[in-house]
Amino acid sequence: MPATSTLVLAVLMAVAAGLVGSVAVMRRMTLASDAISHVALPGVGLALILHFNPVLGALAALLVGTLLVWLVERQTRIPTEAIIGVVFSAALAVGSMMASGEELIDALFGGAQALGRVELLLGIVGALLVIAFMLWARSELVIALVSQDLARTSGVKVERVNLIFLLGFALTVALGLRFLGVLLMGSLIIIPAATAKQLARSLGGMQAIAVGIAVGVTLAGAFAAPALHLEAGPVSIVLAAMVFFVSLLLRRPA
Amino acid sequence: MTAALEVRNLSVTFGRDRVLRDLSFSVDAGKTLAIIGPNGAGKTVLFRALIGALPYEGEVVWAPGTRIGYVPQKLDIERDLPLTGYDFLGAKAHVTGDAPEEIARVLAAVSLDAEVAARPIGTLSGGQFQRLLVAFALMGRPTVLLFDEPTAGVDQPGEESIYALFRDLQRAHGFSLLLISHELTLVYRYADTVLCLSRSEACIGPPIEVLTTQRLQEMYGTEVKFHDHAHGNAGH
Repeated sequence: MPATSTLVLAVLMAVAAGLVGSVAVMRRMTLASDAISHVALPGVGLALILHFNPVLGALAALLVGTLLVWLVERQTRIPTEAIIGVVFSAALAVGSMMASGEELIDALFGGAQALGRVELLLGIVGALLVIAFMLWARSELVIALVSQDLARTSGVKVERVNLIFLLGFALTVALGLRFLGVLLMGSLIIIPAATAKQLARSLGGMQAIAVGIAVGVTLAGAFAAPALHLEAGPVSIVLAAMVFFVSLLLRRPA
Repeated sequence: MTAALEVRNLSVTFGRDRVLRDLSFSVDAGKTLAIIGPNGAGKTVLFRALIGALPYEGEVVWAPGTRIGYVPQKLDIERDLPLTGYDFLGAKAHVTGDAPEEIARVLAAVSLDAEVAARPIGTLSGGQFQRLLVAFALMGRPTVLLFDEPTAGVDQPGEESIYALFRDLQRAHGFSLLLISHELTLVYRYADTVLCLSRSEACIGPPIEVLTTQRLQEMYGTEVKFHDHAHGNAGH
């Protein structure tokens, strides 16, 4: 039975993941999102070598990674997906050279270490920040994902809102690092949102379903894993994937 | 007459390709400027420069307090995007600070049913989506509307009704209208001024001066089937 404060953080992290994922999936950056989360690994590796908090290392690496994506999106017309694929797969490789054994497994898939008080508090503040931004900027993000030109003429600062969104994405990945790890946190952002896209007809519906599934599988993982003698993260993601496949059968007619 | 838009020596270059060269024109407040020209003449590029979506040289000066409504040529929308017409218009209302009642007003202005606005935007027909985009542009009470081929993909009675709609809205709200069009007959009927773009030289003037058989032939490089209303025969 996990501690209540840890559960609160896990639920807030899942809410943030559902909201960020909804926009990421609607922006058609499903693959990119998964790759961005991999860039956390060299940061974790560096933190382990230099003996500071791996979550901070991950966050720093993610910030650099998202700034890179933002600049590439802004400056060039070459397909972002290709660059993201190459740069971030390389990041994964570099990261795995820097960390090893148990530490690497924890960084990739999440570990069972207890969270410190400061880490908990920062995590909760971070999650609330992401949730507040996603709700506040929802309209701007939606118009920008339909058309950047329409957003611009509507008075949306497109580059700024894109940057904050990517930073929110990075922060969400960092939040999930302790619970799910680098590889699985990308999945908690994308799978519930991809499932919601199959089922929802409206924006509100999409966000509600994505958040509902993300929170549901996170809690189910947290409670079921100890009984099964497994880690919570992988259990949550397997559940999310099962919900996704069921949603394919239930998908709304186009 | 005050100018809604002043453009001076506007040039847009992509790499070595200069798409627009030293273009100067102005649009008076409340008037309609039609932009015509063959494919690749830079019509959409001009619009995107005017809204600040492309880097350019020269000057683009909008009147103080200008609010732009923009209807792009086409948008690539996934069929299964979970976003309804109401979500889309609601997002604009939120950004422009309009009351939610504005949504009903703009939907009525473009004659779009509430039932259609409640559907995901990827499932709308070409004409319905076009009307939704016009409704989106009308939110926030724009002072200038930019339409990029507003009737592409719309059937002919639909075309007429969209142009008639523009005229009615313009009379009601007094905004300036800039539109890119291939429908020379409709341009002739609705535009105050015509700007013709081609790879060689741009020309500007009232429709009766610009839309002559000779000018059109020079611009398009081929004979253009167009009968102006002075000869009483509408066609394209």
